[in-house]
Amino acid sequence: MPELLDVLGLAALLFCISVAGIFLNRKNLLILLMCIELMLLSVNLNFVAFSHYHGDLHGQVFVIFVLTVAAAEIAIGLAILVLLFRKRATINVDNLDSMRG
Amino acid sequence: MQQIVYYCFSLLLLFAGLMVISVRNPVHAAMFLVLAFFCAAGVWLLLHAEFLAILLVLIYVGAVMVLFLFVVMMLDIDLAPLHEGFVRHLLLGLGVAVTLFLSLWWLLRGVGEFHIMKPGPGATSSETGNTQLLGELLFERYYYAFELAGALLLVASVAAIGLTLRRRRAPRAPTVPEQLRARRDDRVRLVRLDPVKPGKEGDDA
Repeated sequence: MPELLDVLGLAALLFCISVAGIFLNRKNLLILLMCIELMLLSVNLNFVAFSHYHGDLHGQVFVIFVLTVAAAEIAIGLAILVLLFRKRATINVDNLDSMRG
Repeated sequence: MQQIVYYCFSLLLLFAGLMVISVRNPVHAAMFLVLAFFCAAGVWLLLHAEFLAILLVLIYVGAVMVLFLFVVMMLDIDLAPLHEGFVRHLLLGLGVAVTLFLSLWWLLRGVGEFHIMKPGPGATSSETGNTQLLGELLFERYYYAFELAGALLLVASVAAIGLTLRRRRAPRAPTVPEQLRARRDDRVRLVRLDPVKPGKEGDDA
């Protein structure tokens, strides 16, 4: 049975790794989306840990909704990525700089 | 024993997270993200969240990450310019991450009495199990939010299809209904011509 502090520390470390990933991969749109997924995973880990240690299931219900919203967001984010790639043939964020077209 | 399993899963999760942000090939990054989700599902199993762990594997890895991999493999990405800023921003990125982690750890340390609190009995009970209790909570107290989440997914799928749907500008080949509607009288017209006598216009023979 893992201790609460261990799991919270793990979630915090994962969140910091994904923040570092956003800093390091600021040009690559795909890796940015993956770092957002890692952040959502760390937050879900927090919710599940607290749900376990308080002994009620409200945290897990919230995780279900976070997973739902994350899936919807990724679907639309990838659709936008595909559209941008069709127009510009690049996923380099520096080249996606005009608001028209 | 559970502690050892927990440490294995958590170290593998952290390793996968580090690999996601640092490998060059986005396909490899997506694969490491899949590994991270599997390890997180293992940690959730240790925390007695069985339904959520299976949900993570089936839906998040099985649908969302597969979608990710489809897109990653479909796009022909020029990898060279994307990795440019990595070393330049390495120091700043590590500095921000370490600062963030230290502040979060300082917050966690401040509430140190969490580690003597035993896990409560209400999360799982051996007769009913995690899924049934979760279902009771979700469909009775959070029913409205559940319906809204369904509507949100519908809107998201309509939006994704509406964004990326391409229509052909004009059909280049006749469609099946058009072919079935074709009648001989529309296509063929017989004309009676007078026969040309041989030798009459033979100037250029």
